[in-house]
Amino acid sequence: MDLKDLYQEIILDHGKNPRNLKKSDNFNKDAKGHNPLCGDKVHIYLKVDENNKISDIAFEGSGCAISMASASIMTDLMKEKKEIEVKELVDDFLEMIKQNPELKSKILGENEKTKLMSLSGVKKYPMRVKCATMAWHTLTAAMKNANEETNTDKFE
Amino acid sequence: MNINNIKKQFPIFNNKVQNNDLVYLDSANSSQKPQVVVDRIYDFYTKEFSNVGRSVHYLAVAATNLYENTRVLVQKYINAKDPNEIVFTKGATEAINLVANTFGQKFLEEGDEILLTELEHHSNYVPWHYLRKSKGVKIKFAEFNSDGEVTLESIEKNITPKTKIIAITHLSNVTGAILPIKEITRLAHSKNIPVLVDGCQGAPHLKLDMQDIGCDFYAISCHKMYGPTGLGILYAKKKWLEVLPPYQGGGGMIREVKKEGITFGDLPNKYEAGTMATAQVIAFGESIKFLNKIGIENIEKHENELTKYGEEILRKNNSVKLIGSPKDKGSVLSFTLDGVHAHDIATILDEDGVAIRAGHHCCQILHDKLGLSATARASLGVYNTKDDLDKLNESLNKCKKIFEG
Repeated sequence: MDLKDLYQEIILDHGKNPRNLKKSDNFNKDAKGHNPLCGDKVHIYLKVDENNKISDIAFEGSGCAISMASASIMTDLMKEKKEIEVKELVDDFLEMIKQNPELKSKILGENEKTKLMSLSGVKKYPMRVKCATMAWHTLTAAMKNANEETNTDKFE
Repeated sequence: MNINNIKKQFPIFNNKVQNNDLVYLDSANSSQKPQVVVDRIYDFYTKEFSNVGRSVHYLAVAATNLYENTRVLVQKYINAKDPNEIVFTKGATEAINLVANTFGQKFLEEGDEILLTELEHHSNYVPWHYLRKSKGVKIKFAEFNSDGEVTLESIEKNITPKTKIIAITHLSNVTGAILPIKEITRLAHSKNIPVLVDGCQGAPHLKLDMQDIGCDFYAISCHKMYGPTGLGILYAKKKWLEVLPPYQGGGGMIREVKKEGITFGDLPNKYEAGTMATAQVIAFGESIKFLNKIGIENIEKHENELTKYGEEILRKNNSVKLIGSPKDKGSVLSFTLDGVHAHDIATILDEDGVAIRAGHHCCQILHDKLGLSATARASLGVYNTKDDLDKLNESLNKCKKIFEG
């Protein structure tokens, strides 16, 4: 194991300066996520337009570098994505974090893929996988506008 | 006392953990086990195993004697009046649940108050919480001060004519504060209020004398006390165990079972339903002997010195903020590191073989009050050395380096 695989520069950057970290005042869907094990919290706000496309996305939350970076990178990538693309990207990311060596989806450009792949080091740290996946599960809940808080203990 | 000789008695330190020497700083979570305890479990299962208290054959009688020997060892260790005041449970959590449940059933009514503190581990809050719904009781929390202490005054302030029981920790697993449990018990008894002490963190580190403390109930976690998992102890004054109802029903705890009704067994059987953690109880006898051999006073002295040293080096490290600075403090060092979340600290330290705990340490009320979602915690045991704390500090500097780039 190498810590540099986990704490890549891009993760440290997004962890320290998370993008889209604010309460959106113009949202029509949202969901909260919580990891009771470590107290990490995330609240995702979405503005989904009439074509089922995310026109705006933001999040509030607190947590470790991995969870903040994951939410930051995710919110960056999801802008302007259609519902069907969101689902594909979430599935692809979760598979990559658990087992796949890389992302399969063709939706993202090379730069975006590299950014997202920076989180793949988490695979070697099973206790930290939930840190990386919480925002993604919460996004899925937000798309459904789930009122119930998403709890990482309910994840696989 | 020679720490190197003591450390040699713990086989876990003979092996590398991910190619590192283990720096174990998570004893408040669970302590490591000396060889004598591990051997005792093996020997019991390989040479002496039988169930206790039931059959009349040789092995059953011998196992029963071994099991009861531990009860007497524990009684003497904590200076209880009677071995029947020692009840084995599956953990300290079950010990507290036992009291909350049976005391609640028998003595609590709507509007009664239970007084806890803001320092309590979830295991000394959640069992009482159920009584809010089933009995309509109120739970009050005595506040901790800026040093992370709960004072006698803070307890006194919260006692009302409705207070029916006080349940407090002996030693906070986050701030390390040692509560004045003897004084709190005196005060409570002057108002006819019984006291339960959660001794999970107290028992492994402090001299225990139930006659001196005077509390009504004291819960112990054996796995934090160099003993096996799956075992706890409830010390309770005989007068309580005699009047409280049984907790769980089953074999071994009855006197007579008829279709029309059941009568229950004498102490301690009344509270030990079903087959108990026999091997663990017998092995825990070795943990007590191990502690007796070193002497708890010597352990206290050693751990105090280490705690002071740990505080000193962490205070010198400008990025570290210690949580709480109680005057009377056990061997717990909780802290935050500027710009690095506790879970990132724990992962980075782990790469160096430094095992700490990160999170809320089952104390969400305390962390909420401090406005922190998580802290890092290094906690000590008899086998730790100054070298371990130096390694902790080195690894913390490595965290800073990674995060500051």
